[in-house]
Amino acid sequence: MSAGAVASGGVWRRFLRHRVALGGAVVVALLLSAALFAPALAPQDPTLLDTSVRFLAPFADPRFPLGTDELGRDTLSRLLHGGRVSLTVGLVAMATTVLTGAAIGIAAGYLGGLADTLLMRFVDTMLCFPQVFLLLVVAAFVPPTLLSISLVIGLTSWMEVSRIVRAEILNLKEQDFVAAARALGASRARIMFRELLPNAAAPILVAATLKVASAVLMESYISYLGYGVQPPLASWGNMLTNAQGYFDTIPWLAVLPGLAITATVMGFNFLGDGLRDALDPRLRMDP
Amino acid sequence: MTVAGAPVLVEPAAAAQGALLSVRGLQLHIPSSPRPLRAVDGVSFELRRGETLGLVGESGSGKTLTALSIMRLLEPPLSGFVRGEVALDGVELMSLSEREMSDLRGRALSMVFQEPMTSLNPVMTVGRQIAEPAMRHLGLGAAEAAARAQEMLRLVGIPDPARVAASHPHLLSGGMRQRAMIAMAIACRPALLVADEPTTALDVTVQAQILELLGDLQRELGSAILLITHDLAVIAENAHRVAVMYAGRIVEEAPVDVLFAGARHPYARGLLASIPRIERSRPEMLPEIPGVVPGPGERPAGCAFAPRCARATARCHAEAPPLLDAAPGHRLACWEPFDG
Repeated sequence: MSAGAVASGGVWRRFLRHRVALGGAVVVALLLSAALFAPALAPQDPTLLDTSVRFLAPFADPRFPLGTDELGRDTLSRLLHGGRVSLTVGLVAMATTVLTGAAIGIAAGYLGGLADTLLMRFVDTMLCFPQVFLLLVVAAFVPPTLLSISLVIGLTSWMEVSRIVRAEILNLKEQDFVAAARALGASRARIMFRELLPNAAAPILVAATLKVASAVLMESYISYLGYGVQPPLASWGNMLTNAQGYFDTIPWLAVLPGLAITATVMGFNFLGDGLRDALDPRLRMDP
Repeated sequence: MTVAGAPVLVEPAAAAQGALLSVRGLQLHIPSSPRPLRAVDGVSFELRRGETLGLVGESGSGKTLTALSIMRLLEPPLSGFVRGEVALDGVELMSLSEREMSDLRGRALSMVFQEPMTSLNPVMTVGRQIAEPAMRHLGLGAAEAAARAQEMLRLVGIPDPARVAASHPHLLSGGMRQRAMIAMAIACRPALLVADEPTTALDVTVQAQILELLGDLQRELGSAILLITHDLAVIAENAHRVAVMYAGRIVEEAPVDVLFAGARHPYARGLLASIPRIERSRPEMLPEIPGVVPGPGERPAGCAFAPRCARATARCHAEAPPLLDAAPGHRLACWEPFDG
């Protein structure tokens, strides 16, 4: 048995014992596969208009399992395709956030001194702007494509991650094993990325899963305000926008995408929690 | 040419006679108000291959800062205040770039730290941590380096190297971790091993094993060891020579048997007198040296030990004694030494 097999076996076992995390993982897996196979699963074309079947209630017509919206489009198909869009934005934004935040956090924490001061004051400056305004200002100038929305969300939400990573690195770099690694000839880059970064993996991972959740929310938010994903392309956010005019009479149009967003956010949060517990080697009891 | 078949006894190569490590006037003066903190204040010594020099002194005497300065492991801004010459095998370490220096660390010189519980990376397997320096310095592939790591673990007396190599550090006991740390330090067979209080954090029985291990490895690899400790008993058993540090300076340096038979510096003599001895017939108070080591900012003008010294004269308070040869191989910095 190699070292990796033994260690990952332990992680896997502990993760499976973590009920809530397992639930989160199942929800996330279902959402991801639903998004991935949306074209095959969707009973209708999500953009097909049919005014003869407007505002069908869920389960009223077998052709439209979750009903139709104000233009007669199939809600289930729109949810599936919208999930594709929302999760893509969420994941790409998370990757952007984590890469930017981790790079800046490591540089500030490990290099210290002037670099630390400059980077952290930059973080403070970024944090002075409410993220939503920052998003809307940028979104007003950048044409809204999926990539640009993801990058804009990612580049306006990395500050928290960089602070978490910096705090972790500041704590870690004083530890003896860093001095020991230097005493055995490790270079700066090696210490940053091989010694320090893996030790900060748990908080980064937790931050990453939380960021998927908040990026999905942000996408919904700016799409809801009309600056995000543009019709006819469906996203959970712009489905909510469409639904708001009928909320008092036909609430399921808002409730269904709302539930999808809630499930995504909770699923990713529970998953992150469970991963943190499972991956922390200090909790490992088995050899 | 041999005559009449008689074997010619060859002296060890000349290189083995010269110093492997030569430290000249090493200083670490940290700028401060009103006076700089003289943490290391002109330390000079030499260390030959296969030899162990014990560096002994109280907490705050500058032992560890001396070691870190030699390894060039101090971080800025401290690293900028180091002065002096440190030559390893003829290479002047102080003039190397950081990159050149990190190329030597782990290969030509390496270090074992005091605290085995925190000196290993908690998220990397022990085998991987031992393999890393070998891959970096010797250009071994991953598989070769892993084999090397297990070989090293066996060499430091770990009975089940395959299992230990695959373990994360928190699964190992303190003694096992210190063995693993030593395995990391010697994986590339460095000529110089700096051991900073390698056994202080360990149980007494484990201490003896680790020190014995260092001695065995020294005989096997021919490395020189700079053994830093505050424990004279450790020095007595494991070092060839001993240098006593006080307030950032070496006050006396001699072969171990010479120093233990008759230290001449009042401080060194006081340290030796404060070791408990089993043969003392009646329970009695251990003699102690009055006062405490002056902080690095409050060193007196003369001999730093003068305020605590029963033999101090006016000259001792006015003028710092230089470290001079008192006898061959025996250096002493004292105006009023005991007779040898």
